This record gives sequence, structure tokens and C-alpha cells, in this order.
Amino acid sequence: MLSIRNLQASVEDKEILKGLNLEVKAGEVHAIMGPNGSGKSTLGNVLAGRESYEVTGGEVTLDGKDLLDLSPEDRAREGVFLAFQYPVEIPGVSNINFLKTALNEIRAYKGLPALEAKEFLNRVKERQKLVEFDAKLANRSLNEGFSGGEKKRNEIFQLAMLEPKLAILDETDSGLDIDALRIVARGVNQLRSKDNAFVVITHYQRLLEYIVPDFVHVLYNGRIVRSGTKELAIELEEKGYDWIKETVDAEGAV
Amino acid sequence: MITQVSDSLYTQLIRTYEGNLPSSEPHSLDEIRKQAFGRFKSSGFPTVKQEDWKYTNLQPLINQPYTVEDDGSDWKQVLESADIPNLDAYRVVLVNGRYQAELSTVQAVPGLSVMSITDAFDRLCFAKYFSEYADKTDNPFVALNTALFTKGLFVEVGKNHQLDKPIHIVHMASAAQPLFSQGRSLYVMSSGSEAEIVESFVAAPDTAHNLNNFVTEVVVLENAKLQHYWLQTAGAQSNYLTHTEVYQKKHSLYNNYNCTFPGAAFVRNNINVRLGDSEVESHLYGIALTAGNQFVDNHTVVDHLMPHCESYEWYKNITQDTSTAVFNGKIFVREDAQKTNAFQQNNNMLIGEKSAVYTKPQLEIFADDVKCSHGCTIGQFDNQALFYLRARGISEEQARVLLVHAFAFDVTSRFANTAVREYVEHLVEQGLKAG
Repeated sequence: MLSIRNLQASVEDKEILKGLNLEVKAGEVHAIMGPNGSGKSTLGNVLAGRESYEVTGGEVTLDGKDLLDLSPEDRAREGVFLAFQYPVEIPGVSNINFLKTALNEIRAYKGLPALEAKEFLNRVKERQKLVEFDAKLANRSLNEGFSGGEKKRNEIFQLAMLEPKLAILDETDSGLDIDALRIVARGVNQLRSKDNAFVVITHYQRLLEYIVPDFVHVLYNGRIVRSGTKELAIELEEKGYDWIKETVDAEGAV
Repeated sequence: MITQVSDSLYTQLIRTYEGNLPSSEPHSLDEIRKQAFGRFKSSGFPTVKQEDWKYTNLQPLINQPYTVEDDGSDWKQVLESADIPNLDAYRVVLVNGRYQAELSTVQAVPGLSVMSITDAFDRLCFAKYFSEYADKTDNPFVALNTALFTKGLFVEVGKNHQLDKPIHIVHMASAAQPLFSQGRSLYVMSSGSEAEIVESFVAAPDTAHNLNNFVTEVVVLENAKLQHYWLQTAGAQSNYLTHTEVYQKKHSLYNNYNCTFPGAAFVRNNINVRLGDSEVESHLYGIALTAGNQFVDNHTVVDHLMPHCESYEWYKNITQDTSTAVFNGKIFVREDAQKTNAFQQNNNMLIGEKSAVYTKPQLEIFADDVKCSHGCTIGQFDNQALFYLRARGISEEQARVLLVHAFAFDVTSRFANTAVREYVEHLVEQGLKAG
């Protein structure tokens, strides 16, 4: 589904990603871990198309289609969804109106008619339950005055509504207490299917106890330096990132 | 009467006055006009040296030849651009300020009198209220209008009458050659009456350059309520100087919703609200969405004269391209106006890198037991928000529309009339595409 080859990207002329490779197939969950500053969030933002990140080399395809050529909105319409690490508050834009606009623009792109009001509201109700998102919040302004946990839950609610092919969760666990974490993870697990894929970016192994990944990758210094299964995450948690830094730096020195 | 002169507007107007004083008017009106003309003659047109006109350079507008009269009577239909979808209203049409009875639908509405202002000279309330408040200000355009107006509108809503439908007043501008028009209106809301007045400003697509000096006096008597909408949607050939003078009596409510959209090249609105008795409430909301090289200036005065009154003012400017918006909000709290509650807020969003906003809140408080607040912000598009919306599949254009709607929401959400609110939201959307 997602194929990243030798991806290089920089922010304000500082090189962050230095040749990253990753293959994600439909139905898989990949976790990307790594120390601070390794390029985890850059990866998420580059895939979603944030303009302040400049791609300097490599290629990214989604089901064979070149993603890097597309605007952020077209990437979303092709099925890429970034759950933001810091969801933006937009006073005056109602959550529901925002979702309706987004959903219908994605549908129009695919040549589908806009959802009937009733169908849309049914879907809202159903998906709200799925992620235990308070109906009162859905009717408020987008993220305005939401707690950290509510914002993250809203991201997962949007994910449930928009049904992307590829969801990238950018440190969705940061700032969540254990109950909120469980709810978010349960939502994600219910949305997993053989047709979609998840890339879970996280600093801690904790989230991976709830969203069990098929593969774990360790990002360090702009490259994936280790890949394995969920055991790798546990090993990381025990030994800490210094272990990776030391072994990788030692390899580099050889 | 058509006088095409290539002189400056000032000399031309002086000559018009001295040669053609409208006759067959009540003697008292002659006297009022004479005094007003004296005031205009001594002050002349304002210049940027005057504080109230600091950012508003009139020279390019007034140093042009104009026709000073035109009867507008050959206009046979209402412009489609004046239509407000889903608004069921009584319609009043004016062309270049002149009332067009045959295009209007206000005959035989119980409790409602609508006529050309020139037919209202013998009315008791005309004698009582005409020039009573507007001419107390130092706006030279009011003096000029008082001295020389020959057309305009008179509206009276009878005692305790609550109109079942809004009155939609359509101001059309249409000129074969450059035209300077003056319209004078007086609206009297009798005690206990309630009405909604929606004024649209539109221009014929092929009109010549036109400059309009409109003065409207509004009197809201005891317990009366007036919702007053003002929708500026004319084209680039049209230029407006408007002065709205509102006087409120006890327990009355006056709400003004003043919206300007891309089009008219030059707009200067003066809106003065005098809270002339206790327990009066006034709300002033404004949106100016500008584009191209447009210039839009809103000067408001909220004058608290008596105790226990409340005023609430919120203006939003959104400037695109190389356009300019000016907001000047003056609040007076006079010595007697104890227990006043006055609020003012002005927010600006500069979209065009070369657009400009001049904003000035002015509070003059002479009473000591009052609650007054004002605030002002200037900002741009929030790029984080824009990216967030786009990352959910919303096009950049649509995302901008959503964000501007959100910015304007504090104002548009106050519109009591749903059809007008939806129309304004539509105009915002359209106005952004124009930019």
C-alpha cells in the first residue's frame, strides 16, 4: 500500500530524514519509535504534505500513486490521514460542519454523491460511540476548549468518520491518561481491517500494549536503523534509546 | 434638470444652491436648508487634515465633473442583484435616491406609511424630527444633503404596530454619465412598534461613475424595536458617503448590522447612535470584506446620554489584495449616563499582503459608575488551521472560506433574520473568491 524509498526531507535547510525506507501492506500496523529529534514527526508531516517540510529526495507512493506530487487535500482524498500530535483549535468552525465538508469533498473526489443529511448523522452517531466521543463535543467548535484527551479522541473520531486507507498516528498517546489511552486504542483496534493500514508513531512502548503492531521500526538520525516485531519495542523499553544510539553509532564507526 | 459642468463639485453645488432653491416647501424647511448651506459653504469638503477624515482622501472623488441631478424615473425593473433568497419582505425601491412607487410593494400595509420624503413635508413627525439630530453633527455631507436634497424616503411605523414582514429597501445606482446623487431619508418607529429594515445597495452593471451622499435619520420612540440591516453590494463604479443618525427613546432597542462586500470603490459610513433616554439598548455589528483596491471606512459613534443603558458593538474587517478598511469607534458616556454598560470590539484579518487596516477605538467617559470595555486585534490567516483543514481533504479555497466564516461568526451569529444571515454568509463566500 505505502511504499517509501530513500526519503530525504529537511526543515529550514536542516536535514532531518536522510534516506528512509518503509513498506506497509494493507492490513498491517507498523510502529515507528525513536528518540526525540530522530525525525518521527517529520515523517508524519511529510506524508501529510505540510508545506514547511521540504522533500529533497526519494519517493513515496500510495497504491502506486506518487504522493509527493499531491496537495495535502488530495493526499487526504487518496486516503492518507494524519492524526495530529497537536490538533488545532478553530473557533467558529463547528465540528460537524467541518466533518461534513471534509467527507463530502473526499466523496466528490472519488466520484461519489454527497451523503444525505440523515445518512451522515447516522454515521456520526455510530462512530461517536465507537470512539466514545461525547456528542456534546461533536456539536461544538472544532477542538475549541477541548482538553488534551478530548482533542486526541476527536482525531480518532475523524479517522472513524473519514475511513482512510492509511492512518498515521503522530504521538497520539502523548498527553493521554491511561483511561483515554485505552479508549483511543480500542477505537483504533475496531477500525483495523484487512483493507487499511496504520503507522503508529510513538515515543513509548506503552501505546503498543494496546495497539499491537505487526512490525516495529526504530528511527534514529533520519533513518530506520532496526526493524522487528513487537518484541523489539519491549527490548527498547528495557534498554532505552541509548542502547540504539550506541550500537548504531558504533556500527557507523566501523 | 440636467446640468453637466466641468467645474469642481464644490463650485457646482454652490451654483446649484444659489440658482435653484427648491420652492413650494414649508417655510421652516427653507430656513433649515439655508442654515445648513451656510455650514457647508463655510466648512467645504473635509480634507485629510481633519481627524475624522484622516485616512479618507476625498480629493480624487470630488475633483471630477458630475451631473448633479437625474430623475431616475425611466428605470423599469428591479435589479436581480438586489434579491435576497428566501426573504419574504415588503419591497421599497429607490433609484439614485428617488422613491419608485411603481416598483415598490408597500401600499396598504396596516400601520406602515412609506412615501417619497418630499411628500412627507407636511407630516407632523417630519416637522418634529427632520434634521433634529443629524444636523447637530459636524459632518459637512449632512449639511450639504440637508441644503440640497430633492429626493429620498419617508417611513413611519405606526404606534404599537409590529410589521409581519421586513421592509427591504433597494437602493439602485444607475447613471448614463457621472452622477452625484443625494438622498435623504427619515424613518420613524412610533412607540411600541417593531420592524426589520433591510437596505441593499446595488448598481446597474453598465452604470457610469456615481457618487452618492445618503443621509438617514432614524427615530426609535418609547418601547419600539428596530432591526436595521445594511448590505453594500454595489459595483466598482459606485461610491458612497452615508450618514445614519439614530435617536432612541426610553426602553427602545436598535440593532444595526452593517455589511460591505467587494464592489463599491469607495464607502464611508457614519453611524451615530444617541441613547437619548434611560434603559435603552443598542447593538452595532459590522463586517467589511474588501477586495481589489476598495476603500471602506466605518465611523461609528455610540453616545450614552442617560443612565442604565447598554450598548454592544462588534466590527470585523477582512481585507484582501490592496484594499483598505478603516474602523473608528467612538463611545461617549456623558455625565448623566451612570450605570452604563458599553462594549466594543474590533477584529481584523489582513489577507492581502498589501492590504491595510486603520482602526481606532475612542472612549470618552464623563460618568464615574460605568462599565466600558474595548478591544482590537489584527491578524492573518492561521496557516496551522489551514493545513489542518486541508489534511482532512478540504480544498484550500474551501478551507479559507471556512476560516473566514469562523472569523466572522461572532458577528453573523447575531443576525436575527435567518434569510439575511444566510445571504451574508453567501456573500462572504463569493467575496473571498473575488479577492
